[in-house]
Amino acid sequence: MKAHSKSSVAPDPPLVLVVDDFEDNRAMYAEYLRFAGLRVAEARNGAEAVDKATRLAPSVIVMDLSLPVMDGWEATRRLKADARTRAIPVIALTGHALEGHSKSAKEAGCQSFLAKPCLPEELLKEVNIMLHPARPGSARRRR
Amino acid sequence: MVASRTVSTPSPTVSPAEAKSRLLETLLGFDDVETCADRALEWLGSHARVVSALCTLVEAEPARLVGVAAYRVPGPLVQSFSVSLEAPDNVFGRALAASGPTKLSLRPELSPLFDGAEVYGFPLPANGANGSHEPVGLLFLTLATGASAEVIAWAASALGRRAQQLRMLRVLRDAERRLVHERTRVYTLVNAVPDPILLTDTEGRLLLANARAEALFAAAEGQSEGRSRAVALNNMLLSAALAQRVIDASPAARRELPLVDPIDGSDRLYELFSTPVQNPEGSVVSVLRNVTDLQHATLELEENYRKLRQAEVEVRTERDRLTLIIDSVADPILVTSPAGAIVHMNEPAERLFTLRHGATAQEIQRVRANDAHFSSHISNLFVSTSGLRWHGEVGLVDPPSGRPVPVEAFSGKVLSPRGDVTAIVTILHDRTEAIERTRLNQQLERARDELEHKVREATAELLRQKELLERQNLELEQASALKSQFLANMSHEFRTPLNAILGYTNMLLQDVYGVLAEPQARSLSRVDSNARHLLTIINDILDISRIEAGRMPVRATSFRLPELIREVMAELEPLVARSKLTVRTRFAPKKLPAVRSDRAKVKQIVLNLLTNAIKFTPSGSVTVVTTYRPASERITIDVIDTGIGIASQDQDRVFDDFRQVDNSPTREYGGAGLGLSICRRLATVLGGDLSLVSQPGAGSTFTLALPRRPKRRR
Repeated sequence: MKAHSKSSVAPDPPLVLVVDDFEDNRAMYAEYLRFAGLRVAEARNGAEAVDKATRLAPSVIVMDLSLPVMDGWEATRRLKADARTRAIPVIALTGHALEGHSKSAKEAGCQSFLAKPCLPEELLKEVNIMLHPARPGSARRRR
Repeated sequence: MVASRTVSTPSPTVSPAEAKSRLLETLLGFDDVETCADRALEWLGSHARVVSALCTLVEAEPARLVGVAAYRVPGPLVQSFSVSLEAPDNVFGRALAASGPTKLSLRPELSPLFDGAEVYGFPLPANGANGSHEPVGLLFLTLATGASAEVIAWAASALGRRAQQLRMLRVLRDAERRLVHERTRVYTLVNAVPDPILLTDTEGRLLLANARAEALFAAAEGQSEGRSRAVALNNMLLSAALAQRVIDASPAARRELPLVDPIDGSDRLYELFSTPVQNPEGSVVSVLRNVTDLQHATLELEENYRKLRQAEVEVRTERDRLTLIIDSVADPILVTSPAGAIVHMNEPAERLFTLRHGATAQEIQRVRANDAHFSSHISNLFVSTSGLRWHGEVGLVDPPSGRPVPVEAFSGKVLSPRGDVTAIVTILHDRTEAIERTRLNQQLERARDELEHKVREATAELLRQKELLERQNLELEQASALKSQFLANMSHEFRTPLNAILGYTNMLLQDVYGVLAEPQARSLSRVDSNARHLLTIINDILDISRIEAGRMPVRATSFRLPELIREVMAELEPLVARSKLTVRTRFAPKKLPAVRSDRAKVKQIVLNLLTNAIKFTPSGSVTVVTTYRPASERITIDVIDTGIGIASQDQDRVFDDFRQVDNSPTREYGGAGLGLSICRRLATVLGGDLSLVSQPGAGSTFTLALPRRPKRRR
């Protein structure tokens, strides 16, 4: 929260919406992304994620799939269905290593998929790829 | 003379001489005296003025006159007319003896015939050839006036002569007939004699022979040449024999005479009896007696006796043999007479039907009972059937033991050639065994039924068990699925906190919260390392649960192994660098074909094997050899190390879950021990296998074998 003052120094750092119901993880990623110089918004469930995405128009959304109230798939589908939020890249993040999660996530409209445990630096790398899609070869590596 | 009578007048055209000659002709024309008399009386009536007449002839014994013909006298009286000549001084005898007519007035015998007229008796003189002048009869006449006694006397003598002649003739004929009759009787007699009888003259010529003798000695018309020769030979032999008799001069010689039977040509032996007949011709009567049969009979008798003796011996031998055979048969055999008496039996039969020495009262009773049952059975052969055989079941008892002996009895009549029943043969077949067998069969049947029942029950039970198992299987599958789900969830639940641990540790180590002191950094590194190890374990558990749940997906792609192995080598670069090992790779052939399999899984296995090899090899080298075998279309990847090796008793266990050779808590090498277990499972999922060759201290070789492309499942 205090990072807000720091971010204001930079001209317009991109906003990353981190959606996760487990507070420790959410805080950890948020802290690291802020440490990396990005703005971070947080949401605890799918419904909140849709609401904040619509209101804040983040540059990237990091979406945990197993969420209360509304799960990540449904939230992604809604975002992709909405013209205002359709363009925002969504990085799916899940602790479920079961087959089908990544596939169903992509079907729901996620641009990228990361499996937990995912180190903060790995997530940052992916976020940067989403923020700068023009960088050659970078988007392909994780597919 | 009696004038009142009408008398036929002789025809005027016939002279008396001519009339006489006609009478003579007439008399010669008939052979019987009655007709002659009849004609003579008629002639007298016509030519001698005779009114009526009766002709009588003398018959002897008793001497009498019998009427034979009548002229103008009632016929019936003539037939019965008979007067005796026996009485002395008989008027008819005198008239008969008189040389001329006698007047016979008022004789009561004559008055009914002549109606009381005067009757004259004219004797019929014989004047025969044998010189006898005895009159043959008496004519009784009544005369008309003028009858000539002379003419009548002539006619009477003519008739008398003829009567005499005919009587002689009749006597002769009778004699002749008698002779023929006698001859016939003699011949019949002689022919009836079964022996040949012959009469020969002094020269040996055949005078008389009976039929038997004729068959031997008389030539017959049209007979065969063989027969003629036989007859000729017989005559020759007979003549020789008779001549011999003359030489021997014995009156009634008896000798053997061999002859030939002309009919069948067989040799016959006769005994010859010859006796001279006391007559002037000196003929000889010979009687032949056939002794052929006698001789034959003697010979035959001897032969028969010999045969009989031989037959007897043979029969005895045969009988002994038969007895031996019958005795050797285990089934009782009995031979009974038609009357029912047992004639013969073998030893097994004796046991049932005869009394042992010193038999008890009970035994005697049993033998009698057997006898009665047997007799009853035999009687069926005569009562119940007209056939030759009968069989039935008879319940006998073993006399010494009292054990029941149920038998099947087969009886047959033995017939003589004429068809009489001479004996009955019976065979008794013990049915105890058969009954026992039947009982055993029934038991067997029952046992089989029980078994079948049990099998049915067992089958039903099996079905129940199978259903239960299927249900359990389903439950197990469900449980397994639940377990997998649980493990998946668990792994998720593990990962989330682990994510935070790893993340914050990483951040700290990255100096996100300021530079750390050296001991702090070292401690955090340990936290990081252990957290990562925990993650590996969690991932392994997840892998195993997926494989076990059959939910390990295989994504086959085409790839090249050298590239994959280079990748693995690159990833392990830091590990290799830390060790002091030489790590080499080799490919045979140099250019390997592309492989179609799940690349990620192959890589996981190779990575695991190589990591292990480096970990467990303190010094020396690790070599990865990749080989393609075209014959089996298999790829093998050998990971060869010069490490500590694995003892043979541990070689199988290294593939078990959570297994390390050193199971102690303070073990030297890390890892949960799931690696090889997962590798082997993955190899199986890919249609290949993972094997190990090792010697403690000499290193180990793990070999991953894979098909070049997945096998098609049916």
